Amino acid sequence: MEIITAKDLIKDYNGFRAVDGVSFSIVKGECFGFLGPNGAGKTTIMRIIHCFLPPTGGEVRVLGYDVTKEPSLIKARMGVMPQDDSLDPDLSVIQNLVVYGRYFDMPKKKTVPLARELLASVGLTDKMKANIRELSGGMKRSLLLARSIVNDPDVIILDEPTTGLDPHSRQMVWKRLEDLKRQGKTLLLTTHYMEEAERLCDRVAIMDRGKIIVIASPRDLMDEHGGNLEAVYLTLTGRKLED
Amino acid sequence: MKIKRALRVWQRHFTVYRKLYMSSIALNFVEPVLYLVAFGFGLGGYISEVEGKPYINFIAPGIIASSSMFATIYECTYGTYVRIFFQKTFDAILATPVNIDDLIAGELIWGATKSMLYGIIIVGTISAFRLVDSPLVVLVIPVLFLSGLIFAQISLVCVALVPGVDSLNYFYTLFLSPMFLLSGIFFPLDNLPAFVGKVAWFTPLYHLTNVCRAFAAGSPGNALEGAVWIIVVVILLAPFPFRLMKRRIIR
Repeated sequence: MEIITAKDLIKDYNGFRAVDGVSFSIVKGECFGFLGPNGAGKTTIMRIIHCFLPPTGGEVRVLGYDVTKEPSLIKARMGVMPQDDSLDPDLSVIQNLVVYGRYFDMPKKKTVPLARELLASVGLTDKMKANIRELSGGMKRSLLLARSIVNDPDVIILDEPTTGLDPHSRQMVWKRLEDLKRQGKTLLLTTHYMEEAERLCDRVAIMDRGKIIVIASPRDLMDEHGGNLEAVYLTLTGRKLED
Repeated sequence: MKIKRALRVWQRHFTVYRKLYMSSIALNFVEPVLYLVAFGFGLGGYISEVEGKPYINFIAPGIIASSSMFATIYECTYGTYVRIFFQKTFDAILATPVNIDDLIAGELIWGATKSMLYGIIIVGTISAFRLVDSPLVVLVIPVLFLSGLIFAQISLVCVALVPGVDSLNYFYTLFLSPMFLLSGIFFPLDNLPAFVGKVAWFTPLYHLTNVCRAFAAGSPGNALEGAVWIIVVVILLAPFPFRLMKRRIIR
């Protein structure tokens, strides 16, 4: 079953074409990765899928709804872990989850025990009452991940979920994402870490300058072009991923 | 726009406010009382009467208006700016079923609530010091909500247009301060050149001050013009914060 489909998607910013006619479809329970350097258009696609940016052209449907017509219905069943720290510094750690649940019309009776459970699962029980400013970078990412699943979403969007994390914290996030995958959630992530894509993604879309060059499983890509994903990227675009 | 979702945003602000309200109320309370004491007693000692009242009684109802205005304008300029651009609070909220229109409506309703809240504090204070003639002064409370909407609308338009947080100072210096001084709070505008009164007529604080003064004096008939002005302007301004903020946030 297709959960997300994009057809000839275009996004322009003041005359600059950030996304240039991409099409893809993502099925239920899949972990799909967008791979590419900064500025390739990955984040823009994510923002269109979670109904933040309207597309300039083409069509995007999520869970059967058009992103421009039924954003609230889509977002009710979606979780978003953004690239930036958008935790609410005016609220405590647990309040961040409870207040977030409120936007989904979840009653406090339900969100408070759920928030405790989620905090325990990411090892933040001790920090429950702490101020956001007291958290380390890794803890903030963990809390952002916990926040993105407060509403028990069917689809989770993860924009560079482990950028800037130390190896230990990265492993923790990966384990959590694998758990979510086992629960049948559809995951959509952007990354420029090969290891991350190889470990988590069923399929990846390799992007360059607003276009998708190829969509395939990491295994197939490596078999076809040889070496690791890094080498595949170099072969396909003539550029290094870090560029 | 769905009012229920807008109220979720309001609720978030209220939750934050409840954590900090003691310090926040104290700050917003001290300043108006300072004005009242400094001008009422200080300057008032040299002035026998204005419009047939002791000077402190003349300015007291106007302090309701200015206090409510400052509370909303700071909340919806600096406060909103920080929430959008520094704290990314808007980004986080917009990833939930709350949409941009709901979010802007929530900011406006919260701004109006703050006007009402801080106005009520001053109504209570000046009543306790017997600086008002009539219990009808409580009728300003619903008007404070409406004038609060205007202050919030102007503030959000301003946030949507400024290139950076420092530019808000232009708004404070070129708009807020003149409006405050020429609102008729501290002196009647009759003795100034006629055009000053004409300019003041176009500012919300002038009308809110008249409304506060009319109710405090127990003559609600004199509040009519100001109240109508406020309602009409709320409606006239309604589309702008939505349109401009959308353009600013969703690039």
